[in-house]
Amino acid sequence: MTAARARAPRPNIGPAPAQPGKFENAGDPNRALRRLLPYLRPYALILVVVLVLVLITTGLGLFGPYLLGRAIDVDIASADAAGLLRTALQMLGVYVGYNILQAISSWVMARISQRALRDLRQDLFAHLQALSIGFFDAQPAGELMSRLTNDIDAINQAVSQNVIALVASVLTMVGILVTMFVLDPWLALATVLVVPIMFWFADFVARYTRRGFRVLQKELGGLNAVMEETLSGQKVVKAFQRSDAAISEFRAHNQTVYNAAVSANTYALMLMPLTNVLGNFFVIVLASLGGWLALQDLVTVGLIATFIAYGQAFIQPLRQLATLYNSIQAALAGAERVFEIIDTAPETPDPADAAPLGAVRGHVEFQDVSFGYHADRPVLAHMTLEAQPGQVVALVGPTGAGKTTVINLLTRFYEIQGGRILLDGRDLREIRKADLRRHLGIVLQDTFMFADTVLENIRYGRLEATDAEVMRAAELADADHFIHQLPHGYHTVLTERAANLSQGQRQLLAIARAILADPAILILDEATSSVDTRTEARIQRSLLRLMEGRTSFVIAHRLSTIRDADNVVVIDHGRIIEQGTHDALMAKRGFYYQLHLSQYKGLEI
Amino acid sequence: MAALRKLFPFIFPYRAAALIALALLLTQTFTDLAIPRLIQRIVDEGIRQNNLAVVLETAALMLGATALSTIFALGNNRSSVLVGEGMARDLRDALFVKTQAFAYGDLDTFTTGNLLVRLASDTTAVQRVFQISLRIGTRAPLMMLGSLALMFMTSRELSLTLLPLLIVTSAVIVFFSARMEPLFWSVQLKLDRLNTVLQENLAGARLVKAFVRDAHESRRFAAANADYTQRNVEVMQFLSMLPPVLTLFVNIGMVVVVYFGGLRGITGELTVGQIMAFYNYLLNTLNPLILTGLLANTWANGIASARRINEVLDHIPEVQDRPGAGDLPEPVRGRVTFSSVAFRYRSADADVDEQDVLSDISLDVVPGQTLAILGATGAGKTSLINLIPRFYDVTAGSVSVDGVDVRDVRQAALVAHVALVPQEAILFTGTVRDNIRFARPMASDAEVEAAARAAQAHDFILGLPAGYDTSVAERGVNLSGGQKQRIAIARAFLADPAILILDDSTSAVDVETEGRIQAALRERRVGRTTLIVAQRISSALSADQIVVLDRGRLAAQGSHADLLERSPIYQEIYESQLGAGVREVLDAEDGGRS
Repeated sequence: MTAARARAPRPNIGPAPAQPGKFENAGDPNRALRRLLPYLRPYALILVVVLVLVLITTGLGLFGPYLLGRAIDVDIASADAAGLLRTALQMLGVYVGYNILQAISSWVMARISQRALRDLRQDLFAHLQALSIGFFDAQPAGELMSRLTNDIDAINQAVSQNVIALVASVLTMVGILVTMFVLDPWLALATVLVVPIMFWFADFVARYTRRGFRVLQKELGGLNAVMEETLSGQKVVKAFQRSDAAISEFRAHNQTVYNAAVSANTYALMLMPLTNVLGNFFVIVLASLGGWLALQDLVTVGLIATFIAYGQAFIQPLRQLATLYNSIQAALAGAERVFEIIDTAPETPDPADAAPLGAVRGHVEFQDVSFGYHADRPVLAHMTLEAQPGQVVALVGPTGAGKTTVINLLTRFYEIQGGRILLDGRDLREIRKADLRRHLGIVLQDTFMFADTVLENIRYGRLEATDAEVMRAAELADADHFIHQLPHGYHTVLTERAANLSQGQRQLLAIARAILADPAILILDEATSSVDTRTEARIQRSLLRLMEGRTSFVIAHRLSTIRDADNVVVIDHGRIIEQGTHDALMAKRGFYYQLHLSQYKGLEI
Repeated sequence: MAALRKLFPFIFPYRAAALIALALLLTQTFTDLAIPRLIQRIVDEGIRQNNLAVVLETAALMLGATALSTIFALGNNRSSVLVGEGMARDLRDALFVKTQAFAYGDLDTFTTGNLLVRLASDTTAVQRVFQISLRIGTRAPLMMLGSLALMFMTSRELSLTLLPLLIVTSAVIVFFSARMEPLFWSVQLKLDRLNTVLQENLAGARLVKAFVRDAHESRRFAAANADYTQRNVEVMQFLSMLPPVLTLFVNIGMVVVVYFGGLRGITGELTVGQIMAFYNYLLNTLNPLILTGLLANTWANGIASARRINEVLDHIPEVQDRPGAGDLPEPVRGRVTFSSVAFRYRSADADVDEQDVLSDISLDVVPGQTLAILGATGAGKTSLINLIPRFYDVTAGSVSVDGVDVRDVRQAALVAHVALVPQEAILFTGTVRDNIRFARPMASDAEVEAAARAAQAHDFILGLPAGYDTSVAERGVNLSGGQKQRIAIARAFLADPAILILDDSTSAVDVETEGRIQAALRERRVGRTTLIVAQRISSALSADQIVVLDRGRLAAQGSHADLLERSPIYQEIYESQLGAGVREVLDAEDGGRS
């Protein structure tokens, strides 16, 4: 059993949805490759320029061995020192040009490749944002992080080093082959034969490599998930002395990663020595064949020297291509996983013709609504509920009764399965989700804070708010006084665990956020559960003020909070069993009455 | 460099494989060096002398050398992979084990995301350094030295001509390497930032959607993304300069060989074969040098990562067992005493002047007593109870259990007798049963059930799809807040400790259920000291002792009746919660009667 935890108290969500994030298997590496290419398209023009540069560079590079051959055959043979100097200077010129152009193309490619990756990351992020809450609830956070970091990093490794190398290699090889054919067709033929053999080798190894890396990336994701879960739940692991269990769990996964890594890398590394053999073998063949031909006086020694030089120059890019092909496997394994996310279905799309939401009065109706997180376990059954504009509706009931589910459906974090929900007479599904949520002010139990200042965290409610407005909201939420006691006041940066901020204080900040948002409909889900009652009493006035004229849905266990609601709705097992004002329900002496009384059980009056 | 050297002990268990790798590398180098020599032989003694036999014989030799070289290379690869992956595994292990020794305060300093980056990407970077060194890094110098030697053997004067070139090339490499490490460090920092934004969006998805901040978050991410990309581009562009510069040096060398070697070829000092061999040796000298230069970025990356790893491994936990710390004297009675305790959180930020969260706290909880702790939000309630199991250490004064200062007790021994149920109910992936059993893995099913019953969780657990064997999914999403809290309480009940601490653990539970839990608590109370941090005064009513914290100080202490009479702050709390309600109940009862 792994040690996992909630990043913050999760709201009463209900059972996890049935695998909305189940991934299809990409499988085909070429598909992944084809999907990566479009990211280079914006830079097509520059790429063409680079291509031309590489072409010229390659041409220059090919010149070198030719000049060497000439030096041997012409200058040395004819003892022409001046000619030798000329050749040498020409070689120098060629090489200087080669390297300068090489530098320029690398420079440009660095920029292009990183930008393409930046675009890929942005796309991935944008798509993540479009995914449903159900998806996030079902995925281990560490696993998702791994895709966005490790997997994109794998692509980065391949792209940044190899794009130019790829182009240059191919061009070099082509150029050399052409030159060789011009010089001597027979020797050139011997060279050509090497190519398919080399690629056969590469493909053979690559198949294993690809499989190996796919497994490795997957196991890495798994290890990441275990580590993330344990570390974020570390305090409990420590409190119950379960470190040993956590460590053995970790070690099991660590070992699996080790095995996968050894396997994948062993295959991957096999390619180099194999291509080495091939390369040397090729030189041997050249030398032998060349030697035999020389003895027949069919070729000159200089030509052989040239051919061997070209041969070696040919093998280099060929081996590089093969190695590239191999290292791309790791990148493709990563790319497949990245695209798995991009291919996941996003939230229910908004209807194309959705009319914008005008001024919202706040009339909310649930009509015969049914919903369940799992198909066979309904949480809400035929619920009908109405909130008039400006009404405060309190949702009360035992835990697990479905209160937070009502909220989840209203905010469309999840979609209803039966019936409909109306806002000002319009079906929610006909409204754009962004529009809807803009008019909802939500304070959840989950008091998530960003790693930013207190000021910015509150301002999240309304980005255009001025500092004065932010502080006013904080005052109304009774948060101002404790903020001033923080080391840097409003400019104190909150961190992941914010140890010097208590749960209650975080909730006050969340309330300030909602106050600032100034929404048409307010939703408070256990918004003050961690706040002490005196403080709550103090902010009660502000909350009441906030709720004035706004339709509000309040979920609370503390009955003092809901005493003043216009309508108290008692929910049990997904159904409404009682409804009415506090006084009316008390008079009924029903479920609500019992609930209320129990608060004072044991009290000696 | 020192950072990497510190991690050398990790290679020690694999020294056999490492040595084999190096040995194979050596032999591989020899065979590789032989090739140019053999080419020379083919040209000079074979082709020039029209001696086919020599050509073929040398070809055969080359074939043999190549085959040997391949076998050695394969062996070397396997060995170095074993070493590299083994090291990575061990590094991760050491880091993870270290985090398990961290105290709460340390976990506040090193965030989860931070630790994850070190466990994953930093260990990979270090591993890469060692692995590549075993495969190439050592071969390079060997090839160089070997080729240099052969060069000198072939022609002293020519070699001397090239010496300045070699020196300049090395100087350039060193210069580049020195500049690279800080560059990589800064890239990592930008990456950290990018990851943070990412993680926040994953964790705060609800919040982002609720406030319709998608566009805002998108811009935030885009900014971090652009920043990281920019820095990456700068680094890569800097790095991309190295190969052409180095290649140019090689090329200059080649030109020198051709010219000066050629001159000697004309005078007959050198044969063509020798010139070609020299040419090859030059390549064999400079190419490894260049390769080493290209590897410099791997090294720079590795050094930066090594430093980050060492930061964790060298970190001294805030709370550690003192040497000579023992166990609590048996039988543990559960008396908790605070003597003039003051406490503040240690800030990671050096220039921040933290204030005391608790000051001058003195209280005594007799074995078997129930203490209720009330107070305003941020008054210091959670901080107070965290001091008892030594999740944090006091800044002044002392906390004792059964008269023994908790700092003199081994943490493991202390925690075995103290169960703390935190505010956030933290559950794990596993079954419900596993989660409850977390406290005592050896507990029987009957014991688990009994604990669940007491925590008022048994009924709803039976209502779950698979009862006790139902899987608790990631973050416990398939349970409501109140259900999770009750499972957490059941867990504590199962632990059956001498000291039970509940930190507002029933905030999400409705009042009636809470009442039943409290009843169960009272039943099992005999012999157990219970501390309850409460918001609802109803939870506190039946406590033996109540303390009220106000801004880190004790504002009131006593029984309910006591405090109701004498403490204004307590009266205020009481009134705010129950005042009106009590009157109402009285009214209702009156109304019913009349």
